[in-house]
Amino acid sequence: MATAPKFDSIKVGDQLKSLVLPPVSRHQLALYCGGSGDHNPIHVDLDFAKKFGFKDVFAHGMLSMAFLGRLVTSWVPQKQVRGLGTRFTSITWVGDVITVSGKVTGKREANGEKLVDLEVKCTNQNGQDTLQGSATVALA
Amino acid sequence: MQLDKKLIGHTFKPFTTTVEAGKIRLFCKAIGEEDPIYTDEAAAKAAGYRGITAPLTFLRALQADDPNKGGLLRLLNVDIGLILHGEQHFEYFAPVVVGDEVTCQEKVVDIYDKKGGALWFVVQEMEMKDKAGKLLAKGKGVTVVRNPDAAKK
Repeated sequence: MATAPKFDSIKVGDQLKSLVLPPVSRHQLALYCGGSGDHNPIHVDLDFAKKFGFKDVFAHGMLSMAFLGRLVTSWVPQKQVRGLGTRFTSITWVGDVITVSGKVTGKREANGEKLVDLEVKCTNQNGQDTLQGSATVALA
Repeated sequence: MQLDKKLIGHTFKPFTTTVEAGKIRLFCKAIGEEDPIYTDEAAAKAAGYRGITAPLTFLRALQADDPNKGGLLRLLNVDIGLILHGEQHFEYFAPVVVGDEVTCQEKVVDIYDKKGGALWFVVQEMEMKDKAGKLLAKGKGVTVVRNPDAAKK
């Protein structure tokens, strides 16, 4: 469980401790299909993926976004997270090794809260960003 | 293929779903999340939550509880094999926990194309409220539709 850092101790440019995930597996995609309620066969059925022009099945974008969420809640408790968003910038394939990283991009006060803005992203083993996102957390 | 921009403003029928512990447990297994606040009520309460907590992006799984799931694809008349997820954003106002009855409503707020119609973008906004009508979260998603005709040109 995360213990929140203090607002005053945070500086723009601070890096969060990265997460390096196990390679994405077909088994994980099957679990995510069931766990997320996203039953699009393109993520689990090779025949279906090929029919629509893909070489293989590929990960749900939301699986990688869940990794962004894990990074943020490894840094602050979830109840202090005010926002999480991302663009899905490239496809994550079976076997890809995803690193989730983040850094502080801003500090501000709004709605009576001290807020810290973060850049968060997923990057594959070739150094290509698969998700480019941002998050906002409230700190004391 | 061309999407009908007249569908901008279309509002989907709201639905209510109950947040279930078993679904959160499977979701956490899939994403590799091991914090006990997502599986153990006592741990969640000790950490200051009302109950077992829904992970940040589990809200999208709650959206998938829609009894009219697939409504966007039927509205657009698009095959599920042609879509990709372009963007997703959430704003959080209060944690969602197991047992909560949440009501979701989605609407189409924009439709546009790029690359001469090779790709279409459908922007949807979602609001999630509790039983008392209090706003729990807002979502915004962008669905990308690959135009099957573009490759044939």
